[in-house]
Amino acid sequence: MSHSPNPSVLARLPLDLSPDLLFVSRVLVLTPHEIFLAPPDNEATPEARWALHAGDQLILSDHAGLGKLRLVDTAHSKAQWRFTLSHMKSAQEFVAQFQQLHITPSQAGAIALTASQPTAEWREDASADTTPPSTWTLFRLWRFAKPYKGQLLLGFLLTLAATAATLVPPYLTMPLMDDVLIPFQNGVAIEPSTVMKYLAGLLGAALVAWSLGWARTYILSRVSERIGADIRTTTYNHLMHLSLDYFGSKRTGDLMARIGSETDRINLFLSLHLLDFATDVLMIMMTVTILFSINPWLALVTLIPLPIIAWMIHVVRDRLRTGFERVDRVWSQVTNILSDTIPGIRVVKAFSQEAREAERFHQANQLNLKVNDRVNRTWSVFAPTVTALTEFGLLIVWAFGIWQVSQGAITVGVLTAFLAYIGRFYSRMDSMSRIVSVTQKTAAGTKRIFDILDHTASVPDPRNPESLENRAAAVGLHQVSFRHGNRGILHEINLEIKPGSMVGLVGHSGSGKTTLVNLIARFYDVSSGSITLDGTDIRQFNVADYRRQIGLVLQEPFLFFGTVAENISYGKADATRDEIIQAARTAHAHEFILKLPHGYDSLVGERGQALSGGERQRISIARALLIDPKILILDEATASVDTETEREIQQALDNLMQGRTTIAIAHRLSTLRQADMLVVLDQGRIVETGRHNDLLARQGHYYRLYQAQIKLNEESNPDKTGLGYISGDTGKQDENIASSTVAGHHHAAN
Amino acid sequence: MPLTNLNFSLDAFDRLLWHAPESQTPIPVVPVRAFPIAAPEESIALVDEHGHERAWIDRMDDLGCDMAQLLRQALTSRELTPTILCIKDVSRFATPSVWHIETDHGATELTLNSEDDIRHLPSGGFLVADKFGLQFKIPNRSYLDRHSQRLLARFL
Repeated sequence: MSHSPNPSVLARLPLDLSPDLLFVSRVLVLTPHEIFLAPPDNEATPEARWALHAGDQLILSDHAGLGKLRLVDTAHSKAQWRFTLSHMKSAQEFVAQFQQLHITPSQAGAIALTASQPTAEWREDASADTTPPSTWTLFRLWRFAKPYKGQLLLGFLLTLAATAATLVPPYLTMPLMDDVLIPFQNGVAIEPSTVMKYLAGLLGAALVAWSLGWARTYILSRVSERIGADIRTTTYNHLMHLSLDYFGSKRTGDLMARIGSETDRINLFLSLHLLDFATDVLMIMMTVTILFSINPWLALVTLIPLPIIAWMIHVVRDRLRTGFERVDRVWSQVTNILSDTIPGIRVVKAFSQEAREAERFHQANQLNLKVNDRVNRTWSVFAPTVTALTEFGLLIVWAFGIWQVSQGAITVGVLTAFLAYIGRFYSRMDSMSRIVSVTQKTAAGTKRIFDILDHTASVPDPRNPESLENRAAAVGLHQVSFRHGNRGILHEINLEIKPGSMVGLVGHSGSGKTTLVNLIARFYDVSSGSITLDGTDIRQFNVADYRRQIGLVLQEPFLFFGTVAENISYGKADATRDEIIQAARTAHAHEFILKLPHGYDSLVGERGQALSGGERQRISIARALLIDPKILILDEATASVDTETEREIQQALDNLMQGRTTIAIAHRLSTLRQADMLVVLDQGRIVETGRHNDLLARQGHYYRLYQAQIKLNEESNPDKTGLGYISGDTGKQDENIASSTVAGHHHAAN
Repeated sequence: MPLTNLNFSLDAFDRLLWHAPESQTPIPVVPVRAFPIAAPEESIALVDEHGHERAWIDRMDDLGCDMAQLLRQALTSRELTPTILCIKDVSRFATPSVWHIETDHGATELTLNSEDDIRHLPSGGFLVADKFGLQFKIPNRSYLDRHSQRLLARFL
């Protein structure tokens, strides 16, 4: 009924909050003349109506996950409605429809753009699979086992044979007892040939069992090692393709634990525990068959404890599973602390907080202990109980067996064979019970692996990517908005960047500059609106191909562990030595590289520790040069170095920017003076655009920023008190102090 | 500048207006809690539409009764942190998981995207962020019934 085709309905907005913020479901309906509120299943009986007049406006806002839509006229507020952000999309459409009703000339352009938005929409979401992370998760490992199914089958057959071989010796005790030993006690001489026959049988069985066991273990370990490696590789590959968003929300330590120890655990489980378990099950089944074939009654008595043990396993299972999941999570907390503090060790030491970090680690460790203790409490009761039950089982067999022997129902040999069998049988039960915990642990680990694998990239590749050949690097942003979680970061950005021009992004820190370039580099996808390259939406290109067009130079250049040459050729692995040197020369890095002990073959440490900030920056510029990008993004590229080095870097950058579309972010406004266009951002919106001189003449935002830098420079004194930073970001302190100097320098030169 | 005799009113657009002693025209302001979790009743800033702080309130109690009520009204209309009273059911124990919950604002559901979205508060409570950014509060574990506690524990 709610979706009856009522032609006058223009838009619907499901509301899930009442005005006093209770979770109540309503629907807000827009018609040409009014807005009305109705229960979701009965639109025919509106609860409230608001007539629409000329001059009415709908204002959409949100804060902390709470959306608000207000209807106002020129004088006062007529109504307001609340909803959670799950309906934000409907709300935006609702407002767009409303604006089309009351179209004003200034809004016409914007709406036309909204309408021409690409309809494609992607969201980062795990698959809708709703299987609980139970033992069944393990079956998903089949995907990785499939390529090895031949070897797995062989392993299984070997297991079958090996198990059968181990069951021969107890069987031989029967005739040994009944035909040799007991007749001997009764005065019959031992026949050496009979004894030899049986002993040979025992030896043969042992040898066969040994060789089969060896082959089986070898083959299956090989396979499981390969499966483990495949899981690791697949997970890592998948991880590499996830968006920055994902890495932002995950802790490094946790991811490291997942790929490292979880795969190892799965591996161990497959090669050892699962194998043992399969052997055990086979052995039990075979033993049961043999026992029943010898004497059904005795067999029945022997098996009495079995259901009890099975029931116990079932009960403990659940508790252990949750326990082990917690153990895993707490463990990743421990590793998280490591990955938090070790990269930040300078800060820890600078503020002499070693004791505090030690305490934090200690706390996590204590928690780890506590959680483990709790699991072990259940676990420790479990194992001995199984052992005790095993002993009881033996006792029953002894009692029943002796009674049967006394009745003449069975021979001593049969009883001996039974005891030999169930001795093995129950000892296997004991180890089988262990499978519960390892299975649960592995299931938990598998779940954590599949959590990663189920995550689909938020910047997906299109099915039929457009070609990137022969495109001019004209970048266009149309009505671009971006929100991260419940925070809107960019709002309705419109920008046209001509091929080969240089655009400078200016604004306070937190105004959305870096987010904007992240969107252009497609590290994230826009929440609404579109970004185009030469007129084509960038979501229609293959992500990797598109990024290859982009050279990125960051404030903190990251160098991988390896040689200088490897770092320069990172984006183009097949670069020749000449190309590398050429790039280094253009980036003004050649000379200092030659000064290094091994020239281009020198190793640079984890973060290029042995090099200064400026040197690392020049290597990263060479890296960007080598891939010959069409678009260049400079995110505070000269921010973390001193004035002298900056000049060298600036020369390198000038070389880099030639003939490329450049988008540069800088706090140091002077570095952006030659830009063809400056874009001033404030609180996620463009507030001004124009050239340096025009903007200064306009005396607006840019003028104030510029004045502030000059003033900062005049005030700055040798002791660098650091008062009056433009950015409140402490990590960028040095840059601002330096920037003031440079700004002043240029100013003076003027 | 701690001000104890702040004067507020609401305009026709339901905006909070601050009548600053030194200014003729009232300034539209938005109250913002500086420590919404640690100290919701203290440290409230009045921020104008450009995001600049105009006044500071050390403690809500310092205000007059009427003014405090106006301020509280403005605050509650801006933020929503329902308290979870009971977790009825969760779709699964792997994330993303949909929780059917009972809150002090009524029954609803929340989608937990990742276990990392459950924030442990120093007080022993939890703050659960839903996929769309709404925050749900659990004052502490024992606040919930046993069933809810057990469900929650699977995500901690």
